[in-house]
This record gives sequence, structure tokens and C-alpha cells, in this order.
Amino acid sequence: MDGDQREDGFETMSGIPLDAVYGDGPLPGEFPYTRGLYPSMYRSRLWTMRMFAGFGTAEDTNARFKELLRSGGTGLSTAFDMPTLMGRDSDDEWAVGEVGRAGVAIDTVADMHDLFADIDLSQVSTSMTVNGPAAILLAMYVATAEDHGVPRAQLSGTLQNDILKEYQAQKEYIFPPRPSMRLVADSIRFTTAEMPRWHPVSISGYHIREAGSTAAQELAFTLANGFAYVEAAIAAGLVVDDFAPRLSFFFNAHIDFFEEIGKFRAARRIWARWMRDRYGARDERSLMCRFHTQTAGVSLTAQQPEVNIARVAIEALAGVLGGTQSLHTDSFDEALALPSERAARIALRTQQVIAHETGVTNVADPLGGAPFVEWMTDEMERRAEAVFAHLDALGGGSMLEGVYQGIDDGYFVEEIADASYRFERDVNAGRRIIVGVNDFTEGDDHRAELLRIGADTEDTQLKRLDEVKRHRDGVQVDATLATVTDHAGDPTRNLMPAIIDAVRARATEGEIVHALELEFGTYTERAPS
Amino acid sequence: MNGSERPIRIVLAKLGLDGHDRGLRIVGRMLRDSGMEVIQLGLRQTTDTIVAATRDEDADAVGLSMHNAGHLTLVPRMRRALDDAGLDVPLVIGGIIPEQDVATLLEQGVAAILGPGASTEEVVTTIRGVVLRDEVTG
Repeated sequence: MDGDQREDGFETMSGIPLDAVYGDGPLPGEFPYTRGLYPSMYRSRLWTMRMFAGFGTAEDTNARFKELLRSGGTGLSTAFDMPTLMGRDSDDEWAVGEVGRAGVAIDTVADMHDLFADIDLSQVSTSMTVNGPAAILLAMYVATAEDHGVPRAQLSGTLQNDILKEYQAQKEYIFPPRPSMRLVADSIRFTTAEMPRWHPVSISGYHIREAGSTAAQELAFTLANGFAYVEAAIAAGLVVDDFAPRLSFFFNAHIDFFEEIGKFRAARRIWARWMRDRYGARDERSLMCRFHTQTAGVSLTAQQPEVNIARVAIEALAGVLGGTQSLHTDSFDEALALPSERAARIALRTQQVIAHETGVTNVADPLGGAPFVEWMTDEMERRAEAVFAHLDALGGGSMLEGVYQGIDDGYFVEEIADASYRFERDVNAGRRIIVGVNDFTEGDDHRAELLRIGADTEDTQLKRLDEVKRHRDGVQVDATLATVTDHAGDPTRNLMPAIIDAVRARATEGEIVHALELEFGTYTERAPS
Repeated sequence: MNGSERPIRIVLAKLGLDGHDRGLRIVGRMLRDSGMEVIQLGLRQTTDTIVAATRDEDADAVGLSMHNAGHLTLVPRMRRALDDAGLDVPLVIGGIIPEQDVATLLEQGVAAILGPGASTEEVVTTIRGVVLRDEVTG
């Protein structure tokens, strides 16, 4: 037994001593990692309790971050507002009404400074959920840390930076797929060389599922995207074992308990096999599908919202029994508004109950070997492999080209829309019960206290942006932006250094996006059928 | 406009930057399956593109899907833009609208609000109802 476990001996509530793992091999920590990435799993280290937060101005979110850290949260996760996610400044005409509403507004590096004020970036790991303009937000984070004397090599965290699923599901794209993939490859190359503790891409099934996919589609599309990033990075000249250990995943934990657990276990097995057999990875860490899990926002109901606390607990438990490395639990009021502080605290407490009271952390992969669990794992893998075969054929033997093709011809979007419509019809017809929505509806009389974003947020942010613009060196801004455009036109250059220079000159996010658009163009989706 | 002679025509859109289009797509299919003609504009529409489609397609109603908490700003703008263009068609909002904002939006000229979990029947009946009411009173 390894000596670095959290306690000397693990036993049940009644004092029965427990082994670290039960059953036959391959055991947790052994290829293909179906049973978990590490031999003793949560005995050694609990998952990171990473709560996603962001609203209003950078100061508002900074206060919420500090509250989450005080309450025992162990990582930060930033939600940006829609204009920031779409590469638009707060004073852009498209931003009206959306500034600080669904996340925090970030226009310049000055906002990033305020967002992380009094938080030691050498100690905390930070996740930034942003995709289209991810490279720009990463540049702002690096500049902020370095202004505080923390070298970029010490920074630990995750950039979502998963552009492929934007065209498939979440729809927060800016540039067309291929130049966007250039930006992803550049950020992978940059962090591989200079930020060894950083995860440059979090390959995300979460949004695919929220858009209405099935569990098997979530698994298949996400891993296919993962293979596409691996192929893109190899095509950019990187060696698989140099970057693959820093890739990570992000899955949804929905309400169908065993299906979810099967999905998580299958994800690890598929990734390990493909990375070894198809992409020739040799470093054990390249074979490991590390993932963050978030409970399913889409499973939450506006009706009888407190019932969501039960849903979230069950979904979170599926994530833990599926072997997640980090977890966000949704707040019960999220079908109504952004989480209130009270609701966010209950959600974190739910994780703490699972971690410290239930005993499920005492044994690695406690469900391993159960016939139904193993069958579900196999079935998820079979269904995913059928999708991979389709995409591989579409791409003529390249998963990257297959994914591009699937985006171009609407394959992903249509598959997801069909699945979501089937689900909706089942609910409508009463074939699927959602408690409080289409059955057991009495008693919906309590109103939750919701978070309100004041109308003054937009005014405050516009003043801050104006202030930054008035105090910067316009000549330097223009020069750095011209360099960004110039380098965008030269695929042999890595764009990250030019973007960091522009950020340091106080160029806004929107200005840098525009400088890139001059070379890259923009992407528009066809209207839905 | 006469709903008894031809099917109800409705323009559906997301106004602004918000990309949550699952609800919009589902409602589009629900309404089409119920016999309505759906002009699906999809993502990233402006008040101008929605007004133009409503006029060009001679639509009987406009449906907006809102999940970005920007409804108190964007919805009144949409109503005003339709009014300014002389388009006296009902505006229906779906998505995440906190209960305390419902009255405000209704006062500002929104014909109906469909919350999360609304059934197909509720969606179809509501839209038929507001179009019919519009024809009777307008």
C-alpha cells in the first residue's frame, strides 16, 4: 500500500477495515485505466472541488472567488460573460444588455488584474472557460501573473480552448474552424514550451450533452475532438508525448446514474487504447484521460427548484464513482438565474458530504467488476467506436479531417438536435417523468432568492474600459495590433507572443479579435432546418 | 392576416450573442409538427434582421429565445423595433426569465412568456392564442 494516503487506515463507519481496491485486474492505475487513473484514487487525494463562478464586474467575481476559497473550494473556475466569450468589448453594440450578465466582463488586462486581486496565482489553480478568444484570455492571465511577480512557468490551470465543440454544440465561435485550430495549436505549443503546469485544452463533452446529445454521443464526439487536437498538434510539428500529458477532458454528469458511470469508465479505456495504438504515445501520462465533471445544468428544473439539490447530489456521486479528477456541482437555482451565494455554498457542501461522509472514497473504483457496470462500459465503448469509424471514413483516414467534414455538413449539429427532440417528445408524451415538471407537480410554491445583476454593471464596466483606453499609448496599441495581424497571416509563427505584447499594451479583447479577423475571417452557422 | 385561411407563420430567433439554441431548435420542430410555418433565423440576430424577416415573410408572430439574462434590455428593444416598423405582431419569449421579470415584460408589450419545461401543447396553444387574440383585437 502506498504511503501517501490521506489516512493510515480506511474503514467503514462501523469499523470494518477496507482494502484500497477489490476485484481483479487490470486494477486502477493500470492500462487501460478503465477502473481509474491512479492505484489508490481518492485515498491519496480527493478530487479538486472546483466551483465555476463569474458575474458582473471583475471585482464582483473576485469577491465570490474569495468566498469559495474560504469555504473550502480548492480551485477557481471563471465564467465569462457572453460578449467576452464572443470576443466583443463591453462597448460593442452587440454587447448591449449582456455585459456582466451571464459571467464576468473582461475587456483588458486591467480587468484581469481586478479579477485575481489578492489571490496568489502561484498557489491556486485556475480554470478559464473560454474558447473562440481563449488565446487572448490566456495572454491576459500570463501578463497579470507576471505583473504580480509570478513567472508563467509556475502557473497552474486549464484553458477550455476547445473550439471544435463550439461549431458542434455551444456555438461560441468567432473565426472559421481551420484558423481557429491554428490558434489552438499555437497555444498548445506555447504552453508546452513555457507553461509546464498548464492544461492548454479541456476537451469538452459537457456542452455537447447540454445541447441535447445522448451520453454515447457526448462520449464519442468529445473523444473524436480529442483525436482531432492530437492530429492538429502533431501536424504542427509537436511530438505526441510532449503535449498529450497536458490534455484534459470535461464531461457532463447527467441523471441516468449507471449510464454516466459507464461513460466515464469507457472514456478512459478508449483514450488509452487510441493514444497508444493509433498515435504511438509511450509516456503513460499521455494515455490517461484526466477529466473534470460538472453536473447537468440541463437536468435542473425551474419548478420546485430545491429538488435540484437531490439531482445534483446523485449526478455528483456518478462523477465520483466514475473516477473524476475535479468536480463542479450546479446550484439548485440555476434553471432560474446565475447561482446565488447561498445556492453555490450548498452545491459545494454536497461535494463535501460525498467526500467526507459517504465512504465512497475509501476504495478505488468500488463498482468495478459489477456485471451491469462492466456491460454498460463496454456498450458505451461500442457505440463510440461506431461514431469514430464514421468520422474516420469521412476524413479519409484522418479524424481531424473527419471532424472538419462533420462540422461542414452539419452532422454533429443534426445528430444532437435529433437526440434532443426525441428526449423532448418523450417528456411531452409522459414516457419520461421529470419530477415537478410533468408529474408530482403539486407544491411548487416556494420562491428562491435569486442573484440579480444590477443595471449599473454595464455602466461601471463601460467607464472602466473608457478609463483604460484614455490612459494607454495609442501608438503602441496600433503597432502591437498590426503585428498580430501580420503574424496571423504567417502560419509559421506562433501567435501567442504577439498577443501577449498587445495585451500588455492594453489593447482590448475586441481589438485583438479584430486584428485576427482581418486575416482569419468570421464564421456563420447555417440557420437550423 | 387570417389564421383560418393559411397556417400561422412565426419567425423564431436568438437575439444578440447568446448561443444557447437547444430550446429554439426544439420549439421550431414542435411548431412545424403542429402545422405552423416556421421561419427559423437561428443565432446572432439583430432587431433589424428580425424586423426584416417578419415583414418579408408576412409573419403572424415573433418568438425569441432568451438565456442570457439580457431580456430586460433586449426584449423592449425588440418590441419597439417591431412597433416602429409598423409590425403589430405578437412577441413571444421563451427561455430563462425569472418570475419577478415576467410582469415587467408583459407590461412592455410581450404577448406571452413560455418558461423552461413548457409542454408542446402549452407552446402551440399559447402561440395560437396570441395570434388569434391579435387578429380579434387588431
